[in-house]
Amino acid sequence: MTISNIWVVVEPVNGSLSTTSLELLSHARTIASSVSAITWGENAAGLAAQAGEYGASTLYDVGSLNGALPGAPVAAAIAALAAQGAPDAILIPTSYDGRDIAGRLSAKMDRPVLTNVTNILDEGGLVTEHPVFGGTQTVKAKFTGEGPGIIVVRAKSFAPESAGGSAAAVQSASGGDTGATGAAKIVTSHVEERTGPKLEEAAIVVSGGRGLGEAANYSLVEEAAKLLNGAPGASRAIVDAGWVPYSYQVGQTGKTVKPTVYIACGISGATQHMVGMKGSKNIVAINKDPEAPIFQIADFGIVGDVHKVLPALIEALKARG
Amino acid sequence: MNIVVCVKQIPDPAAPQSFDSSNNLDRSGKLILDEADTYGVEMALQLVDKAGSGEVTVVSMGSAADVAGIRNALAMGAAKGVIVSDDALRGTDALGTAKVLAAVIKRDMPDLILCATESSDGYTGTTPVQLAELLNLPSITFAKSVSVDGSTVKVDRQTEAGYDEVTSPLPCVVTVTAGVVEPRYASFKGIMAAKSKPLDVLSLADVGLAAETGPTGARQQIVSVVAAEARAAGEKHVDEGDGAQKIVAFLESIKVL
Repeated sequence: MTISNIWVVVEPVNGSLSTTSLELLSHARTIASSVSAITWGENAAGLAAQAGEYGASTLYDVGSLNGALPGAPVAAAIAALAAQGAPDAILIPTSYDGRDIAGRLSAKMDRPVLTNVTNILDEGGLVTEHPVFGGTQTVKAKFTGEGPGIIVVRAKSFAPESAGGSAAAVQSASGGDTGATGAAKIVTSHVEERTGPKLEEAAIVVSGGRGLGEAANYSLVEEAAKLLNGAPGASRAIVDAGWVPYSYQVGQTGKTVKPTVYIACGISGATQHMVGMKGSKNIVAINKDPEAPIFQIADFGIVGDVHKVLPALIEALKARG
Repeated sequence: MNIVVCVKQIPDPAAPQSFDSSNNLDRSGKLILDEADTYGVEMALQLVDKAGSGEVTVVSMGSAADVAGIRNALAMGAAKGVIVSDDALRGTDALGTAKVLAAVIKRDMPDLILCATESSDGYTGTTPVQLAELLNLPSITFAKSVSVDGSTVKVDRQTEAGYDEVTSPLPCVVTVTAGVVEPRYASFKGIMAAKSKPLDVLSLADVGLAAETGPTGARQQIVSVVAAEARAAGEKHVDEGDGAQKIVAFLESIKVL
């Protein structure tokens, strides 16, 4: 191994670390001889066992953010730690807060960020892979100059695998007063409840797009998903149109899914959407336009009216019991 | 209330994208205003309108050979435009872009800076927050609604689980999602008026930056570009009333039913 030290930003979600954080820890320990993690929140020390299990030897705890958005205070703490001895690279999950932390940290350390990364290789130095042009080509990139590279990695790029390690040693870390940069505060959090399996974890995902015609027709997608014991998803177009909450969105700015079967209903297949679902094992598409890009990656395509095919599919699934 | 909207002119997304010989995105064709930026322009116009005074300025970086995209923002109602255009900037990364935008914006600090969450061509998605850090300002990303109350901005910010209500003192950088507002179409009157609105084209030296801000300062480089493993298209059938049954048969064949 030529990489000695990697830091991973690990995000707390409901008392444990996010799945993407565990994926990054798992991969980091295969390419670096030492992995440390950075987290925050009211009970960061309670995450030490999980961070250690997945490969971190040290967990830096930024502590309570007192309602501030994580970007500024977490980046300040990482920059302060790096000033005492910087790692080879800092890995950050692609998420709303992860991108904020990456941007802040980049400007603070005057180091570049590489985003939308799906693989990190050791080729005598760190090399990152990025899908471009709708995933038809892969760019390999590297950092130059002194200092750590900041790498923002997409969900599901690596498998989360326990290393069976013991709890990470917790050390507190703080970037001090963030002043004006940390002035944005969360007043209230709203959770948009959903039932059934989680979109990112479901074995079957049924997604709807603009081709459904109107918001009311999204209930067909939900019904089909329920009958298949799957999760309903959506393209950005109908999320932006307000038909369904943002938590349903699959794609570049939404969730990355890799189910056994992905059924795209009335989705044409914009690059934005495809990068979030093309890792699915099997893709089924229903679209009235035979030239729709989604058919280029679908294992099984039906050229037809989603308003006819989807209700018929629901009836067929019901008939099977 | 004065608002700066950062905008980007990009190659038409409907046209196939490719890299040039330096592995930069080929921008030699026609450039248009990134649709993702139209939401910020519209939001800014509505906020200024509500405040009753002030104006909207669009700030951009890139080739000024074609400024139709910026004129489009002016036609929607922005008062003036500034574009930093310099050969030394070809291949600039997100941090370099943020440095250029910051140099322009700090000359006359607005009350609010709006950006898209990410561009539709590069989608790095970090420039707005880098800009906020360089300007020593707070930032709120992924806004799905924005309102201003006195010297405070209130935002509903998307989260993995739903959304957070977030507040920040002004000035602040806010990134808006598509769908935050419905962008207006430029009227004929607006298009005519845009032709005479001020549009400053500045060099790096004009904004007090050295040439190192460009690609030589990027400190990241593309090693190679290779074709990704293709995902082959499979079967395609035209529905003749049997489409649903065919899907059921396919699901059975892969043993999920």
